[in-house]
This record gives sequence, C-alpha cells and structure tokens, in this order.
Amino acid sequence: MPILIEMPKLSDTMTEGTLVSWLKKIGDEVETGEVIAEIETDKATMSMESFDDGILHAIYVHPGEKVPLGARLAILLEEGEEPPAEGAVIESSGSAVVPDEEAAAAPEVASSASSTAPAPLPAPAVDGARVKTSPLARRIAADKGVNLSQITGTGPGGRIVKKDVLNAQRSARSGGAAPVAAAPTNLAVIRPTMGKGDERVPLTGMRSIIAERLLISKTQIPHFYLNIEVDAGPLMAFRKQANQAAEKNDKANKYTVNDFILKAVINSAVAVPDVNASFDGDAVVRFASVNPSVAIAVEDGLVTPVIRDAQDKSLLDISLAVKDLAARARSKKLSPNEFVGGTLTVSNLGAYGIDSFDAIINPPQAFIVAVSSIRKVPVVGANDQIVPGLRMCIGMSCDHRVIDGAVGAQYLAELRRLIEKPALMLL
Amino acid sequence: MAYDLIVIGGGPAGYVGAIRAAQLGKKVACVEMDRAGGTCLNWGCLPTKSLLKNAELYHLLRHKADTFGLSFDNLNYDWSKVIGRSRQVSDRLAGGIEFLFRKANVDYIKGEASLVASNKVSVTAADGTIEEHEADNILVSTGCVSRPFPNLPFNGKTVIGSKEAMVLPEQPKEMVIIGAGAIGIEFAYFFNAFGTKVTVVEMMPNILPVEDEEVSQVLQQSFVKDGIRVLTNTKVTGSEDTGSGVEITVEGESSEVLKADVALIAIGVQAVLPKGMDLETDRGYLVTDDQYQTSTSGIYAVGDIIGPPWLAHVASWEAIQCVDGLFAEHSPQKVDVFPGCTYCQPQVASVGLTEKAAKEQGIAYRVGRFPFQASGKALAVGESAGFVKLLFGEEYGEVIGAHIIGSEATEMIAELGLAITLEATKDDLEATIHAHPTLSEAVHEAAAQAYGHAIHIPN
Repeated sequence: MPILIEMPKLSDTMTEGTLVSWLKKIGDEVETGEVIAEIETDKATMSMESFDDGILHAIYVHPGEKVPLGARLAILLEEGEEPPAEGAVIESSGSAVVPDEEAAAAPEVASSASSTAPAPLPAPAVDGARVKTSPLARRIAADKGVNLSQITGTGPGGRIVKKDVLNAQRSARSGGAAPVAAAPTNLAVIRPTMGKGDERVPLTGMRSIIAERLLISKTQIPHFYLNIEVDAGPLMAFRKQANQAAEKNDKANKYTVNDFILKAVINSAVAVPDVNASFDGDAVVRFASVNPSVAIAVEDGLVTPVIRDAQDKSLLDISLAVKDLAARARSKKLSPNEFVGGTLTVSNLGAYGIDSFDAIINPPQAFIVAVSSIRKVPVVGANDQIVPGLRMCIGMSCDHRVIDGAVGAQYLAELRRLIEKPALMLL
Repeated sequence: MAYDLIVIGGGPAGYVGAIRAAQLGKKVACVEMDRAGGTCLNWGCLPTKSLLKNAELYHLLRHKADTFGLSFDNLNYDWSKVIGRSRQVSDRLAGGIEFLFRKANVDYIKGEASLVASNKVSVTAADGTIEEHEADNILVSTGCVSRPFPNLPFNGKTVIGSKEAMVLPEQPKEMVIIGAGAIGIEFAYFFNAFGTKVTVVEMMPNILPVEDEEVSQVLQQSFVKDGIRVLTNTKVTGSEDTGSGVEITVEGESSEVLKADVALIAIGVQAVLPKGMDLETDRGYLVTDDQYQTSTSGIYAVGDIIGPPWLAHVASWEAIQCVDGLFAEHSPQKVDVFPGCTYCQPQVASVGLTEKAAKEQGIAYRVGRFPFQASGKALAVGESAGFVKLLFGEEYGEVIGAHIIGSEATEMIAELGLAITLEATKDDLEATIHAHPTLSEAVHEAAAQAYGHAIHIPN
C-alpha cells in the first residue's frame, strides 16, 4: 500500500516547514530509520527519518519550498507495488521526523506525526491575545504565508475569514500598498517606500517569530529598566585563576566571562525567587527551577535555547552547556524542545564592545539581563584618589506586572554581590 | 409624532425587524392587515408542520405499529380535528407575536397600509377609517402569495393554493399537485399519509429540484414506495375545471389526462406589492440596494417581497441586517448561505452547494457520505432511511455543502450551517465529539468517510 509522507509538526509554534534537501532520490530504496530529508522549522533544521521500508516513488516538495503542516511531501511504495492511480486516496502513515540524535527527547513529535487524522491547526495565540480566525482562514494563511496578526477580520465579531486572508494576500502581492483591511493600530506596519536598487527580502521563519514575539513584548509588557555598574576586577582575577589549568592543558575547560555572569544570574534568581516567574493573565506563575535562555546570535537572526534546571548545575556544567548550545545553534542542530521552558534570559553584548544597553523581555518571561563590555576606566579609589579600575554595566528589564522596582533592585544587589565577590557563587 | 420606523407587514421579516429596531431604542410601529406572524405563522411553515406531525404519527401507526409491537383495532382519525389542531397552533403563535410587540413597545396597527410618501404611510382599518402616520424610515415586508397556474385560476375549492390546502373542510379522494418544490412535496406527503390518492407533477428531472440529486432520488423512491405517483420531466399542457373536480393534461414520457377532486398549485409565489407608490421591481419583486433600500430613498424592503429564496429564516435575517444597518452602525450583508428544509418523511435539509453546483462552479471538492442504516441510533428508533452527504473543498477541506435526508434531517442541519459560517474544515468536524447515540454522529462519520477515517462503514 502506498505510504504518504507529510510535513510533521515539530514545534509548538510551527505552522509550516521548509524542505531544505532530499537525501534520497526518486527510485531510491529507503529503510526504516533512514534519514530521507532535512526540514527547516522556525527554530532549527532537522533530519526526517522514514518509519517504513519502501521505494521513494514521488516527491511533491522541492528543496527550498515552504509548505504548511500536513502537506504531502512524498510517497513511498513497497517493493514491486504498482504506483497509485492519479487522485487515489493514500493513507498517511507514520512518516516521522525526529531531530538529530534527539529522538528520545521529543516523544510528542513522533506521536503527532504518526496520527492519520491531523488535528486542526491551532488558533494563533500571541501570549493571551488570541487572534480570532476561522479554521479555513488559518489554513489558507499557513499555505500562502500570510501573517494573520496583520489582518483585521470582517467576519462575525471581527473574525478573520477566508476573504480577509485572500484580500491581504492580494494587496501584499500588488506591492507595498497597505493591506485593504487595515492592521490594528498597535500592530500597523508603516511600510517603507522602495526605490531603485532596494531589495525586498521575505521574512524567514525565524525572523517572523522574532518580529511577532518582540512586538508583542514591547507593546504589551509594561517594561521598566534598572541599571548598575559593577566592579569587574575581582571577576577578571578569579577567571584568570580558573583558566590557568586550561593554559597548560588543551583539554581543560576554558571559562568565559559570560559563564560567571550566568552562574551569578542563576544563583541570584535562587536567592530572590520572586523574579523567576511569569505573568499568566489572572495569575503569576512561580517557577520551581531556574532555566536561563541564552541569547545566541546566528547567521540570520538570534535564538534563545534553554539550560534546564540550572540551579543544580556547577559552573563547569554551565560553561559546557553554553558551548554545546552555541555550537549546535550555529549549525542549526538544536531540537525544538531545547527552546521551551526558559524562565529568564541573559543577553551579553560585551564581546561587541557595547558600553550599556536595555534589552526587550523574552515573553513569557518576566525579566532579561543585559550584559555589556568590561571597560578599563578611572575610578575613585579607597582613599579618594583616582585609580584605574574595571567596570561593567548590567541592565535588567522587568515586567512590572510580576516584578516591582524594589524586587528588581534586590535581585541586582545580589547579582552585584556575587560578581564582585565571585568566590561566593561557588558556595 | 413621527416614528423612527414603520414596518409594513407583520410576518417573519416585519415583526423581527420591528422588534429589533425597538430593542435599539427606536420608536416603531408595525402595520398588519391580517394577523401578526404573516404567512409563516398563519398559512405556511408552522400550521403545515402541525399537519405533518399528524400525518407522520398516523403513517407510523398504520405502517410500523407492528414493528414496535403495537396492535389496535379501528385506527381512525377525525379530519376536522387534524385541521383544528393546526389552526390552534397558529392562533396561539399569532397571539404570541402581539405579546412580543407589547413587551418591546412596538405599536401594532391593524389595517391595510398604503405608501403616501417616503416618510408617510396611511392605514385603512377594517371599519374603513383612515389614519396617516409619519416615519423617518419605512420598511416594506409585505411578502408573497401562491402564484396561480396559467389558465387555471384559483377557485378556492377544486383549484387551490397552499393556504386553502391546509384548511380543506373535507379530505379529497384524489389530488393532483403541480410543482414538486418543498410546498408541493410536503402536501403530497400529508394527503397521501391520510389516504388521498396523490399525483405529483414536476417539469424538472427531479422532485425538490433545488436539492442535491442523490437526495431527490432517494426521496422519490420513498414516495413511490408510500404510494405517491411521481411524474417528473412532465409538463402540464392543458387543464380544465369541471366544477366538481379538475382534469389536467400532462405530457412526459407519455401524455395522459389526470382526473382529481382537487388540484393543488405549488409552482411558487408572487409578490404582494405595497399600495400607494410605485417602487422599482424586477420580475415582480422589489429591487433593493446593498442597504436593502428600494428605488425610493427612505423606503427599505426585506423578506419574500425582494425575491428568492422565500424562506422565513432568511426573511428574519434580512430584517435584522437592514435594521442594524439603519440604527446600529452595521454594514448590512446580503444572504449567501442559508439552510433549506422540507418536512415530509424522510425529511430533507441542506445548506451550501449541491454537488452539481460545485461542478458547475468548477470547484474541486471531495464527498463524504454516511447512511443512517449504519447508525446505531437510527436503527434503535426505527428510522434508518436516508443519509448524510457532505462536500468539502479539495484544497483546504472546508465544508462547502451539506445534504441530509432522514427522519430528523431538519434538526441536524444547523451544525453544518454553523460550520460553513465559521469556515470550519473537516478537521474541526472530526475533532468535535458528537454524542452517542445520536443521529448527528452520522455527520461526524460522513466527514471522516471523506478522508478514509470512517469507523462504521467502508471508506
């Protein structure tokens, strides 16, 4: 019996996937568990394994094409089997995709991919503010790559219906003009005027997620900002000692400044647990574990993978975890479950020579720590004389619905204490 | 003092429009020359449903009692009581509308309205007195009456329309029904159930020509089995009123003369245009714009008077669209998707496109079917005739049409109307748990069947 291979759902936010490459050609034999294609989601590139033995009979989606969940990708035939008639109904069977070497870590992926009756596309939810759309409108939007949050619905109760999506798509195609159904004022895109030589680059999955989530964050979360300047001298001295081993032995771990900052951030969150929380509409969720999201710049954007249960991890564990995440983020080998469950974020632009900055909260978290470069500056010494010193600015952006000023200040005081007396963070 | 709105006609368009406007805080009057409730309550939908219930019950006892283990001697009926119950239902409902008017502070004016100007209506009461009323807006919802057959005018006795058919003092022995739309079909079922020899004549290839062909064919088989003579693809070429009956010459596969006590003309309806002013019409119906405004500014029209589909539920919906457009900053919509129901047994109900229409419009679609024969509930209640047929758009799987024939088809269609309004897809129907055991499970299974997931029938 012919087996249909469909685009599986690989992450909570995934509505479509891009077929990066086929590793098998039409006519090739495929064995169960063999990798047959690579799929790019909004978060990562993953390998697609076959759940069946067979011969790759037909390919419907070509490299670089983006298709919605459930779209047919290919058909497998059994040995000696006749090809199906045109238009015949083909059972979808457990064509499954698992992230590289992460099969065990993502059981829900396999189960959703093996279902023959795909669940309805979930309504796009943007942190509590549900976009009202019809199921058909969602399907068409996913298929045509239309962003539903930019459309005003004309259906009952302002629901986005088929007509609205088609109108939005038409106006987007006709180039530059604002959509016929104007976007809600707080989400309106003021479109640039294009001239000669200007280039219009369609959003990648990652960039639209960044655009969507950060717009929501900056417009819906009441941010406030706290800034401190800490003495980085003790930390640099401490790091030098810690890295002495690495100077002699290539295999020993080399600690970065960021490793210490992360450790301090984690320990401070344990000390001031009120910040390790999230706003949930009619409640505040307080998290039992501290799971920092680490902002990592990648080729075409930024990803924020999570270090889970970091409160139980040693400085070495954290240092190794960050190195591993960064390497795999840059080669797009992170699995979707590595992006969920973060309770706070650290963004470190120190390596870029940034003196000080404020970051946008990564929802649904309640705060983000912005770490800048360590500068050598004249400081007022113990006896009021000016001496050279090392200083670093640290910013904290807080969701005021969860964190009040005094709580944020308490957190930063603890952070300062640990950074300025780094031995304490090992206790 | 001027009204914000005067509604002419108190049927399902008029009374609903009047009450809606009153809810919006407007000063409203509704003028009715007969009884509140219009054709629907008094001479259409509701009294006929009452008659059909009698017919259904009698048919059940006569033909299926034994199946249920019931037996009795001398099963009889009293024709005047059959008709009487139907009239009581109408009386009660008409009284109900007057009560609703009082509760909503709508002035109910009895009499015949005539348009004097775009802001003035005169009303002639039964006693001949004439009053004039002013209004900023006028809503015409005067409805329709049965369309007469050419060369065979209504005489109230042997050549009748639906209104007379529901109060015939004596049951005819033989009846010819011209026209196999919903009205013709319902009366055919009713009279046949009580033993009148019924012949239905239809010009089109199928009875209920607006329904999906599969449905029409299954209904026709059921009618023929019940003893109704059905002549489709048949034209009436001559007709004579013989005084004591009628002789209708028809031409189909062969030509013949049908003799009967009564001919029921059910070939459609014609508009009852408002008196006084000439408003623009098209094929006899008032022409309206997107706001339901007629050719005269300030005068609006909704319901049967503006043309097909001549359904009470569409008329009420149009009235709300129009009134909300006038008083509630709403942009009125025109009717697009609406359910159609026929209340014979088995019942027929549909919403959206027929398979033929989908083909004609070049829409790629997929069909799912589920027969009630495979439904546990249908077998348990002894009503296993019919099926559910659903049409889905091929590309996205949205519901584009639903066709049900079966004992409770008309109660089941609402789910699919909602599905179309909400632009639901097959996934939504499949993801919705349908109670067991119900006939509605057939909707779930028909959706599943379209995609090879049905459990209780081969896919």
